[in-house]
Amino acid sequence: MSIEEAKAAIVEELLMYDDWLDRYEYIISLGKDLPGLTDDRKTEDRLIKGCQSRVWLDSRREGSRLFFDADSDALITRGIIAMLIRVYSGQEAAEIASDDFLFVKRTGLVDNLSPTRANGLASMISTIRGIAAEAAGEDGGR
Amino acid sequence: MDYRKQFPQLEEKPYGKPLVYLDNAATSLRPECVVRAWEENAFRKNANIHRAVHHFSAVATEAFEKTRADVASFIGAGPSDQIVFTSGTTQAINLLSATYGDVAVGEGDNVVVGEEEHHSNIVPWQMLCRRKGAQLRVLPVGEDGAIGLQELDNLIDKRTRLVTVAHVSNVLGLVNPISEMAERCHSRGVPLLVDGAQGIVHEKVDVGALGCDFYVFSGHKIYAAPGTGVLYARKGLMEDLPPYMGGGEMIASVGWEKTEYERAPRRFEAGTQNFTSVPTLSPALELASQMGRGDLDGITGYMLEALAGRKRVHLYGKPSPAARKVPLFSITVDGVHHEDIALILDKMGIAVRSGQMCAEPLMHRFGVEGMLRASFAPYNTLEEAQYFIESLDRAVEMLSR
Repeated sequence: MSIEEAKAAIVEELLMYDDWLDRYEYIISLGKDLPGLTDDRKTEDRLIKGCQSRVWLDSRREGSRLFFDADSDALITRGIIAMLIRVYSGQEAAEIASDDFLFVKRTGLVDNLSPTRANGLASMISTIRGIAAEAAGEDGGR
Repeated sequence: MDYRKQFPQLEEKPYGKPLVYLDNAATSLRPECVVRAWEENAFRKNANIHRAVHHFSAVATEAFEKTRADVASFIGAGPSDQIVFTSGTTQAINLLSATYGDVAVGEGDNVVVGEEEHHSNIVPWQMLCRRKGAQLRVLPVGEDGAIGLQELDNLIDKRTRLVTVAHVSNVLGLVNPISEMAERCHSRGVPLLVDGAQGIVHEKVDVGALGCDFYVFSGHKIYAAPGTGVLYARKGLMEDLPPYMGGGEMIASVGWEKTEYERAPRRFEAGTQNFTSVPTLSPALELASQMGRGDLDGITGYMLEALAGRKRVHLYGKPSPAARKVPLFSITVDGVHHEDIALILDKMGIAVRSGQMCAEPLMHRFGVEGMLRASFAPYNTLEEAQYFIESLDRAVEMLSR
């Protein structure tokens, strides 16, 4: 599935629910389905800075593709990062790096993406983007 | 009179739900009277203060200085005491640290700071102590959140130059025994600074009765325009202190060889003053007096009982005969993250705070990552408190499946 297809699927699934609590139920269920990380991978260097809850993101490369695993001690945050992983994990690093990530606004989960302490999603996005840009840069340099 | 009408934001419906605003400890809602006063200052009475001879400079100066008198009267300050306007509590404390602290604290001295303090009443003193080679001493809170007076006695020694503590902690919501603390400090010759950011909202403040030497608070938590703040200093404490910032209002005469400073309070009000916003403190404090406590006693009673009746809920800051509780409730819920609850409550129309609430050392003290805080104002109703508890139950249920 392409990045665009994955985004469209998630937005559609979320907007199926009119009520916000049902949307959160859905996000929480996404979080519960996320395999998560074993405790030994929940290290300080994998912690995303700037979130109210703790979020760990691990990444690995296979060729030019990037794969992500993540975990969080908060359920909704876990669901949100699961959503991002569904869209971006397994995609080309260069495509992730050049993506605008604006689909998260269409989910209605955030009104703005300015990185503040209360806005963990913005920090998650900038971390994923940073990892992708670094990986894509290395590829381009070869 | 229905004071809710004074606060138009209460008519808002975030996500289609009536707003239940329970983040008053972060900032209060803004009343009509304050916004009207601001608008009139900006549209009709705008002029820079203290300097020009023209009509509106005099009008603006009078409004600004009248507010100084209104603030003094609101907190029971005497005519010779100092009222300095600042941008808020944080600036007031930084001002004191840079002036009083700079003069009074030297190498080997110490400053005593409450364990429950907001970062704004920790970091300026930490910075000062680092700079001076002085020691920052921590006045601990007990398991129930109360400060021990005996501990205060033990911490103060000959090298203590200041004790600084919140009137009411922004996390625990307990009223600290300020007058007893002031007595103990003064018997050892140590001045007491009180961070009144929360206290000014919920307590009838009389600086004379409290006996503190400095009292600071922000305007925006007590309905006034943001960017306003007050530093009260008992007479004789600030008159001989060096300035904080240089320039503008604070000078008497400037020469290359020598510059003379204005006397306090203007010595400490450098630059152009916030002359549009500061005068909104007058209608704000008047409204605060008129509103009184609303149904806050009923709300506090209900909340304490409701929270105590929920086994998984832990309340931090438990009232006792020695420590009254203001309507500010910080909790954790076993097995559920505070941020998850806050996000769900938000979608139910309820604004609360979650996280460390600018008091990281206190979070460590209780061994938690963060808390969820509901803080009430006189315009809140018992029905809103009940809706909060119902919604909390629903959120916890959702997050526990």
